[in-house]
Amino acid sequence: MPSKLLGRQNRALWFWIFVGPFVLGLTLFTYVPLAWSAYLSFFDAHNTVTPARFVGLDNYMAMLRDDAFTGSLVTFLVFTAFIVPATYVLSLSLALMVNRLPRAQAFFRSVFFLPVACSYVVAALIWKMSIFNGVRFGLANTVLGWFGADQIAWLSTTDPPWYWLVIVTVRLWLQAGFYMVLFLAGLQRVSPRLYEAAAVDGARPGWQVFRHITFPQLRATSVAVVLLLVINAFQAFDEFYNLLADSRGYPPYARPPLVYLYYTALGQGQNLGLGSAGAVILALIIAVVTVVQARWFGLGRKED
Amino acid sequence: MSISRRRLLGTGGGLALAGATATACGSNTGRSGDDRNGKPTLSQWYHQYGEPGTEQAVKRYADDFDDARVEVQWRPGNYDQQTAAALLTKSGPDVFEVNGPTLDQIQGGQVVDLTDLLKEAKDDINPAVLAPKTYQGKVWAIPQVVDMQLLYYRTSMLKDAGVEPPRTLDALVDAAKALTTGDVKGLFLGNDGGPGVLGGTPLNAAGLELITEDGKVGFDDPAAARTLGKLRQLYAEKSLLLGAPSDWSDPAAFTQGLTAMQWSGLWALPQVEKALGDDFGVLPFPKEGAQGRPAVPVGAYGAAVSARSEHKELAKAYVKWLWVEKTEYQEDFALTYGFHIPARMSLAQKAPKLRQGAAGEAVRFATEHGHAEPLLWTPASKVAYQDALSRIIKGGANPESELRSVVRKTAAELRRVQNAQKKS
Repeated sequence: MPSKLLGRQNRALWFWIFVGPFVLGLTLFTYVPLAWSAYLSFFDAHNTVTPARFVGLDNYMAMLRDDAFTGSLVTFLVFTAFIVPATYVLSLSLALMVNRLPRAQAFFRSVFFLPVACSYVVAALIWKMSIFNGVRFGLANTVLGWFGADQIAWLSTTDPPWYWLVIVTVRLWLQAGFYMVLFLAGLQRVSPRLYEAAAVDGARPGWQVFRHITFPQLRATSVAVVLLLVINAFQAFDEFYNLLADSRGYPPYARPPLVYLYYTALGQGQNLGLGSAGAVILALIIAVVTVVQARWFGLGRKED
Repeated sequence: MSISRRRLLGTGGGLALAGATATACGSNTGRSGDDRNGKPTLSQWYHQYGEPGTEQAVKRYADDFDDARVEVQWRPGNYDQQTAAALLTKSGPDVFEVNGPTLDQIQGGQVVDLTDLLKEAKDDINPAVLAPKTYQGKVWAIPQVVDMQLLYYRTSMLKDAGVEPPRTLDALVDAAKALTTGDVKGLFLGNDGGPGVLGGTPLNAAGLELITEDGKVGFDDPAAARTLGKLRQLYAEKSLLLGAPSDWSDPAAFTQGLTAMQWSGLWALPQVEKALGDDFGVLPFPKEGAQGRPAVPVGAYGAAVSARSEHKELAKAYVKWLWVEKTEYQEDFALTYGFHIPARMSLAQKAPKLRQGAAGEAVRFATEHGHAEPLLWTPASKVAYQDALSRIIKGGANPESELRSVVRKTAAELRRVQNAQKKS
């Protein structure tokens, strides 16, 4: 083989040996479907991935005028407004508490991290069928029963919207441990000298130290955690689908964009053009939000 | 001889790469083509039936077919989605059962015309379930068995509460309220409060249709809003069981005494009979208003042939053999494992299991009051209607304005499919 192509020490060859399979996989399973989906979004594609009838921007107009789709974006916003602060506060508090433990730190770290290993589907089914089922022997209703309260159909009640309690708690339980570990790593990076200096300057341990030393020092970790939380919230599908879907479809509430698009494009309707248009809109929104968020938090900027 | 470390790695890497490419371009599509004896292979899909023995039975039927080797695939999970996706590719089934096919599948040419399979037997197939499988005079799937849903009530609970079995929707609302006590609810219409399972049945009970015979919206009528408003009352008065561990399709909530009445399928009858003996009765969905008539939904899984099959003629021959000619298998399939009504009326009439008691009444409801979902009732219209129904029942939304937007959406869908029909 000409040595020019191979590069010094066959570097070009090695580059492709190591990178090639991943590039191939990425192209085949990510970029091709992505481009295809964008292509489909301009066609009337019922039950076909090789459509013939070009419809221009009709699918986009229909999607943006569709109350169910705009409603699903609102659902996502509400979900984010609940889950991001809740996970942030809970995982930070867990980290602070675990970090102060004089002993058995590893044990508690593992205990709180363990739910991360549980699948969303399994957790959602446990939440739905044993903890928050609507009849008298569900765990939550048993507890209510001790206080003489009426049983509540947690997932079917829209006024007040109890279903949010179920949806938010299941994700909180599943993901808090993971972010706790991120915060623990952040906490361990804070130099003890800062705390000593603060003590010398007369800062009271507790809130004052947390407010002026710990929290500002965790800035990089916090930015990463919030970004990850928002992106994960955008991708919400598993627990929503498993908690609320039944064989006849999905109720019109608590329906995040991915669930709605799943039913539009891949349900019995198989309206792949419309579904793709929705997916493209969603992708654009995610891109814009991420860029704005990264700018705002100064992600990737050099820390001083 | 010594092999240098670099040389060894080089060969290994090359092999790994070659291996990766080979698997990426592999041709394992799950089909094995023709078998050793030269008989072609057909692949047949069924959705997962809950009753034990069904899978073995359909495999036994398939083995008995002489002209081809039939591979039966038993598919758990979201069957409709699986088949819809598989029909887009060549690796899908040749023969498959389908809760349809949908109008888009027919118009898109994804299923094969099966009209000539029914040349002799057409008049013997239950017309209510054959109609949604027929489009422009052609039949696109052969009904396998008829399924229906109906209202189960606990006779003793009704007697204790001094309630008559409800014959009108108003009576149903009152009965559900009277039967609701601390631990027992009056009525179970599914964990979503009814929109999913009821569908168009309440409208049928008010004397309306989802789509009229001439292809127009059939519920643009004040009676529709009035009827759906009464379903809201059931929810608002807390008479409905919600959040039960198993949904409406399973009679567990009814047999465990969580509810006095439950809407469920005919398939649940053997379980209910086993658990409650004769302490139960069955009713159709009660009529509403002066124009109303009782109604039950009927439907049928049908056997269809994929247009992408490589053995279309053989697949058609197999469907004809199994679902038209082999009546003894059809009867076995319908009545030995689960509890369904055979699609052939001659079989349904002579089956002893279907002649007495609650089963006999159910068959009568299906014949006299059965409504199947029209073919023109597309998934998009259905979603719009179900969403609206859910908002009316749970959110207390105004039925008139909700229905107006469903009527608009449905009319648009009807225009779309009628335009597609002109083009094809």
